[in-house]
Amino acid sequence: MSNLVFDGAKGHDHDHDHAHDHHDAGEMKIYGFWIYLMTDCILFASIFAIYAVLVNNVAGGPSGHDIFELPYVLGETACLLLSSITYGFAMLAMHKGNKSGVLGWLFVTFLFGLGFIGMEVNEFHLLISEGYGPNRSGFLSAFFTLVGTHGLHVTSGLIWMAILMYQVSKNGLTSTNQTRLSMLSLFWHFLDVVWICVFTVVYLMGTI
Amino acid sequence: MANSHHSHDDSSHGSFKSYMVGFVLSIILTAIPFGLVMFPTLSKVATLWIVLIFAVVQVLVHLVYFLHLDRSAAQRNNVITFAFASLVILLLVGLSVWIMFSIHTVMMAK
Repeated sequence: MSNLVFDGAKGHDHDHDHAHDHHDAGEMKIYGFWIYLMTDCILFASIFAIYAVLVNNVAGGPSGHDIFELPYVLGETACLLLSSITYGFAMLAMHKGNKSGVLGWLFVTFLFGLGFIGMEVNEFHLLISEGYGPNRSGFLSAFFTLVGTHGLHVTSGLIWMAILMYQVSKNGLTSTNQTRLSMLSLFWHFLDVVWICVFTVVYLMGTI
Repeated sequence: MANSHHSHDDSSHGSFKSYMVGFVLSIILTAIPFGLVMFPTLSKVATLWIVLIFAVVQVLVHLVYFLHLDRSAAQRNNVITFAFASLVILLLVGLSVWIMFSIHTVMMAK
C-alpha cells in the first residue's frame, strides 16, 4: 500500500517535473539566446574598436563632420526607438493572451523597422553616389562596416518578425511561439542598445 | 494554466508603466545630446563628456526597462553573463584603442 502511494506520488512528481521541464526548456532557450546576444555584443565591440582606430584616416576624403546629417540620423533613431516601445506593447499583449494585439503591434514594429532600414539604405545610396563609398578611405570602410552590420542585424530581425507573424497567426500563442517572441524581443531591444552606441560614437562624436 | 504559469515571474516581463517610463527617459536621453551637438552651446570637451555619459545612462535605461535586467533570482544568470561580456568588451575596445594610438604616437615621434 505504502509502495503504491509512493509510486503514485512519484508518478505525480514525474508529471509535474515533465511540465516543469517543458517550461524550463523555453527559459533555457531564452537564456541561450541571451548568451548568443552577448557574443554578438563582442562582434560589435570589435567593429567599434576598428572604427575608433580608423576614424581619422580620411585619406584626403570627407570626415564625419562633412557627411553626417544629424536631423536625418535623429529620424532613424526615432524609428528604432518607436519600434522598441511597440515591440514592448506586443509582449504585453502576449502576456495577456491577446493574439490580435500581438499581431497588430508586431506589424507596427515591422513598419518602423522597415522605415529605419529604408532611411539607412537611402543614406548609403546617397554617400556612394557622391563617391564616398567604402572604398574611398579607411574611415568610410569602417563606417560602412559598422553601420552596415547593424543594418544587416535589423534586416534579419525584420525577416524573423515576418515569419513569426505568420506563425502566430497560423498556430496562435503556443508556448513555442511565446518563447520565439521572447527571443525576438531580446534581439530587437538589443539592436536598439547597439544603435545608441552607433549614433553616439559615429554620428554625434563625429560631428562635435 | 497558461496564466498561473506566467504570473510567478512577472518581474521579468515589465508592465505598460515600466515600458512607458523607459520610453520617455530614452526620448529625453536622446534629445539632449542631439540638441547639444546640433546647436553647440558648450565647449567641445564638455559636449563630448555629456554625450558619452548620456549614452551610458541610456544603455542602462534600455537594459532595465526594455531588457528587464534586474536583481531578481530569475535574472541572475543573465546579469552575470552580461557582466562578463562587458568585461570582455572593455578589454577588447580599451586595449585595442590604447595600443593603436600608442603606435600612432610612437610612429609620429620618429
